Amino acid sequence: MNVASRTVPASLSGIASSRGGHPPAEMNAPVKIDVDGLNFYYGSKRALDGIAVQIRANLVTAFIGPSGCGKSTFLRTLNRMNDIIPGTRVEGTVLIDGRSIYDSGVDVVQLRRKVGMVFQKSNPFPKSIYENVAYGLRINGLVKSRAEMADRVEESLRQAAIWEEVKDRLQESALALSGGQQQRLCIARALAIRPEILLMDEPASALDPIATQRIEELIYELKKKYTIVIVTHNMQQAARVSDFTAFFWLGRIVEFDRTDKMFTAPAEKLTEDYVTGRCG
Amino acid sequence: MRKQADLLFHAVSLAALVIALVALAVLVFDIVADGGSRLSWQFLTNIASRHPEEAGVYHALMGSIWVILLTGALALPIGVAAAVYLEEYGTRSRLARFIELNIANLAAVPSIIYGLLGLGLFVRFLGMGQSVMAGASTLALLALPVVILSTREALRTVPSTIREGSYALGATKWQTIWNQVLPMALPGILTGLILSLSRAIGETAPLIAIGALTYIPFAPDGIWSKFTVLPIQIFNWVSRPQPEFKVNAAAGILVLLVLLVSMNAVAIVVRDRFQRRGRA
Repeated sequence: MNVASRTVPASLSGIASSRGGHPPAEMNAPVKIDVDGLNFYYGSKRALDGIAVQIRANLVTAFIGPSGCGKSTFLRTLNRMNDIIPGTRVEGTVLIDGRSIYDSGVDVVQLRRKVGMVFQKSNPFPKSIYENVAYGLRINGLVKSRAEMADRVEESLRQAAIWEEVKDRLQESALALSGGQQQRLCIARALAIRPEILLMDEPASALDPIATQRIEELIYELKKKYTIVIVTHNMQQAARVSDFTAFFWLGRIVEFDRTDKMFTAPAEKLTEDYVTGRCG
Repeated sequence: MRKQADLLFHAVSLAALVIALVALAVLVFDIVADGGSRLSWQFLTNIASRHPEEAGVYHALMGSIWVILLTGALALPIGVAAAVYLEEYGTRSRLARFIELNIANLAAVPSIIYGLLGLGLFVRFLGMGQSVMAGASTLALLALPVVILSTREALRTVPSTIREGSYALGATKWQTIWNQVLPMALPGILTGLILSLSRAIGETAPLIAIGALTYIPFAPDGIWSKFTVLPIQIFNWVSRPQPEFKVNAAAGILVLLVLLVSMNAVAIVVRDRFQRRGRA
């Protein structure tokens, strides 16, 4: 596979995916998620149109685009989170490690264990800090003893760079944490069940610049172990944290390429207008 | 002009409140004036008697407590389970909507109808006789619609972000409901339960219909025991010709009121404790 990027012509009427691009050697990571011909409908309204993209292992892929362009919807198709919304429908293929996740035999619970998710608004459970992290381990039956549970909770909190701040107050309510801490707790919670892929839906959009910076540093650390897909409104953030960027517009991917190329020499006029702030 | 209208509305709503409160106050004052002097430890511990000065409410009070505890024990699991089905599993189906409409109607059915149903179903057909179990089953049927409707309301207030957070960790639907949704909805569920039990504890008609009006000279010693309850004892005393029994009736009403107020107090304490546990 020598295909790292897919670009499409800018004329919106005639968008069709065409293969091209020349990835440098360090971008030859294996494909983790392979999406082709993906359409998505809310009732009769088409929200995604012919999405085709390849997401590479142990790299950060960012989705940018204006509100309502479908980037969050697409993210949620990758762990079938849209299944719980009544009246939605998916067409096309999503392969993770070469296996289709929309086949009838697929266990959604298993899929979501492998593909973790962090939401836009931090959503800690109204329980203790410890319980928030332990929950995923408990319901999936992943630990055998209390000691093992405590170890996994600590490991996850350390990975999410929040251990030092909460180690003395694990039994306190998670809702007493600050917004940035809550979001890192949610990341720890997602990491506890050891997923392979981490989906992040605007994880820093509600945070102040310092908390945002901590999340971005964390993403940089986490990509050593995880494949990360992040949706963001903030183009500087996409430029800082990601290796690949996909630009969404009206439910389609206008351009998908290496991040440095997307922000310095985009192939499409629409991408250039968007990343320079002239539209969107 | 608008200011005057505002003032007028303020005055009218205040007047409405005052009317309601004054009526209640007069009622309570009248009862205390009639029966207050009759209240004593002896009145609580003596059983019914032919002699008004020796008669007490012991067996009726015990009967009421037995019946209401058992009613709660029956109505809570059935009502919550029904509401979980309607809200979480069957929301979309036509059958569920039909059922929901009928539950709202059931809540308005006169209680004597439940009494006749209880007589036919529990006392005769299921052979429970005039037992605590038959009385509690009848009152549980009466309480169910309110429990179901208030539980549904409580389930709806649980934010979808909490459900999504749970699903994203690989939780099944049942795990999400049991571990996250129900605990968060608990304060609302308990409020509905206590409200409906408060109504049930004052019910006389359905219990008369199932035959609890007979003279019972003992307190229940189990769920299959015969019983009487406070409202029936009061009804019994009121219908006697001797004025001394009227005094007993007033004192009995006071006991019933105290029981009701303490039930509501317990409900508020329990609800606040669960609510606080979730928050910071």
